[in-house]
Amino acid sequence: MTAAATVTDVTMHFREHTALDGVTTAFEQDAITGLLGRNGAGKTTLMQLLTGHRVPTRGRVEVFGAAPYENDAVLSRICFIKEGQRYPDHFRVRDALDSAALLFPGWDADLAAALVADFDLPARRPVKKLSRGMNSAVGIVIGLASRAPLTLFDEPYLGLDAVARQLFYDRLLADYAENPRTIVLSTHLIEEISSLLERVLLIDRGRVLLDADAESLRGSALTVAGPRDRVAAFAAAHELLHTETLGGSSRAVVRLRPGTDADDVRAAGLSSEPTNLQQLVIAMSLQTAQARPTALSDLEEVSR
Amino acid sequence: MNEDGGPIFRQVAEQIENAIVDGSLPEESQAPSSNELAAFHRINPATAAKGLNQLVADGVLYKRRGVGMFVAPGAREQLLKRRRSEFADQYVRPLMTEAQKLGISSRELTAMIDRWGGAR
Repeated sequence: MTAAATVTDVTMHFREHTALDGVTTAFEQDAITGLLGRNGAGKTTLMQLLTGHRVPTRGRVEVFGAAPYENDAVLSRICFIKEGQRYPDHFRVRDALDSAALLFPGWDADLAAALVADFDLPARRPVKKLSRGMNSAVGIVIGLASRAPLTLFDEPYLGLDAVARQLFYDRLLADYAENPRTIVLSTHLIEEISSLLERVLLIDRGRVLLDADAESLRGSALTVAGPRDRVAAFAAAHELLHTETLGGSSRAVVRLRPGTDADDVRAAGLSSEPTNLQQLVIAMSLQTAQARPTALSDLEEVSR
Repeated sequence: MNEDGGPIFRQVAEQIENAIVDGSLPEESQAPSSNELAAFHRINPATAAKGLNQLVADGVLYKRRGVGMFVAPGAREQLLKRRRSEFADQYVRPLMTEAQKLGISSRELTAMIDRWGGAR
């Protein structure tokens, strides 16, 4: 794998709070990576490090082979669309787009115009007076039309209805297929975007829980059900993530050892269903929550 | 694509196989491109390409350089043969399992199948 960005043993402290704790990962070039995790997991902090908005307390961040912080050559190739992006007070939609056009060397004005029409954005309206959803749509237009070699979207859908979100996913896929580039998408709407992803990075309390190819994950976890003792025996041979019991029967989410599949479950006398990405993420996050009970303060979003 | 149906690339490959088996994608006709599949199924283009590549590896599709992927001659026959060999495992086994659970004898089962066939 060629990496567009690498993060090596990165730790980030905010006073007493540890937002990232020894994170090592790489973002595959020209792939769409889903950055997943609960509120306060460290997703936004990681994106801020990748985009040179912050310097890590410890460790190394490299984007296109260099540290991004105060590095114009790198930063001109990065577009970061933040949740609830703000613009200067007097900016109209058109001004926001014009300034983005100056900022990004790869800007595609035709695509921007098409997207403005798609999202029905009023070009002359002050950005300040836009609804939340429209404000998000401005960010999406800029993120896509920037054609930046590394584009990051941090929960870009705030206030967008289901139709507009679908439009975003469709336009993202279409433009990405024609112009492959490295995209990092942080979201809580896992089910909606899971089929768009090539890579999945799940973080929890500042640590990497999962860093994998999306397709291999789809086959790797199963929900097995059957008599309690048989489920327990099967789970013991694999990695048990989550289990629920009702009377004499149990249901368990397990990550299979490599080389096993649904046939082995059947041989064990259990029924099985594939576990989708959202269920897997929930099961893994719950597992660590139970293993490591934490203070309420840890669940609060990091101040930005 | 069905998020709950296992790896998506396999679903993509299966759908193309279905189209070949039912004749809607005849031999020597051009298969959809990975970008077309990605847009239609709303999936990552790399995933769609993986599905296509599996079909190439299986000899169901072949590549024409710079043009695209085409259905290989004999692909339909090959798929039918494979599906027939998988039929017992995929359909008869669960049928037998359920029949055993309900105490239905194999004679009763045969009679049911005969009746079903005769009713059509």
